[in-house]
Amino acid sequence: MVNRIVTGAHYGLRDWLVQRVTAVVMAIYSVVFVGFLLLQPAFGYDTWVGLFSGNLMRTFSMLFLLSLFYHAWIGMRDIVMDYVKPASIRLTMHVLVILALVLYVIWSVQILWGL
Amino acid sequence: MQKKRPKHLALHKIKLPLPGIVSILHRVSGALLFVALPLLLFIFDQSLRSIETYTNLTEVLAHPILKLALLGLMWAFLHHFCAGLRYLAIDLHLLSHISAARASSKWVMLVSLSLTIVLGVKLW
Repeated sequence: MVNRIVTGAHYGLRDWLVQRVTAVVMAIYSVVFVGFLLLQPAFGYDTWVGLFSGNLMRTFSMLFLLSLFYHAWIGMRDIVMDYVKPASIRLTMHVLVILALVLYVIWSVQILWGL
Repeated sequence: MQKKRPKHLALHKIKLPLPGIVSILHRVSGALLFVALPLLLFIFDQSLRSIETYTNLTEVLAHPILKLALLGLMWAFLHHFCAGLRYLAIDLHLLSHISAARASSKWVMLVSLSLTIVLGVKLW
């Protein structure tokens, strides 16, 4: 007998977990980030650029942004799945969201590493 | 037993409870933040590029309408953040009793709205 599971695409649990892991990453980064800004006696361009000049900060900022984009994909996909019924429009919207997010990843690298 | 169909619901009597409002606002704020992503990345880009673009950006963002838009996004972030923490707490079974779940939804609204007001006062 072939044991096949015939219902669902089985990405639900993985995405549920990814949604929470990326949320925790973003929450920690946000709290540390805001804390750093609050501790600055005087804030200006130099402080701002100085903050993002180190490789460590760039790496963790990239991790934050990647978490954000993955998180946004799951969220937007759920919204589109819930409210958009016609398959063609739904597929188009999914593709547009993915393309936008991939472009944002490229853009983020360019911003953080000053390309 | 034959049920009476169609059913007519008294829509003016049905009220979404606060956890439901927090939930739909979590969705709305998330969608808002997604739509604002290109703008936010553009602002981030301009803020780091050079002292000229940075100064230019601070001047442009001083416009009242843009300030208001940014404040709206701040609210979206704060609400999404607080409501998200609440969902994480629920996942960890920290708010299993209905009274705790209801009270926490009040806290989400209270904290996110008051922090938005504080930011608004600081911006103006």
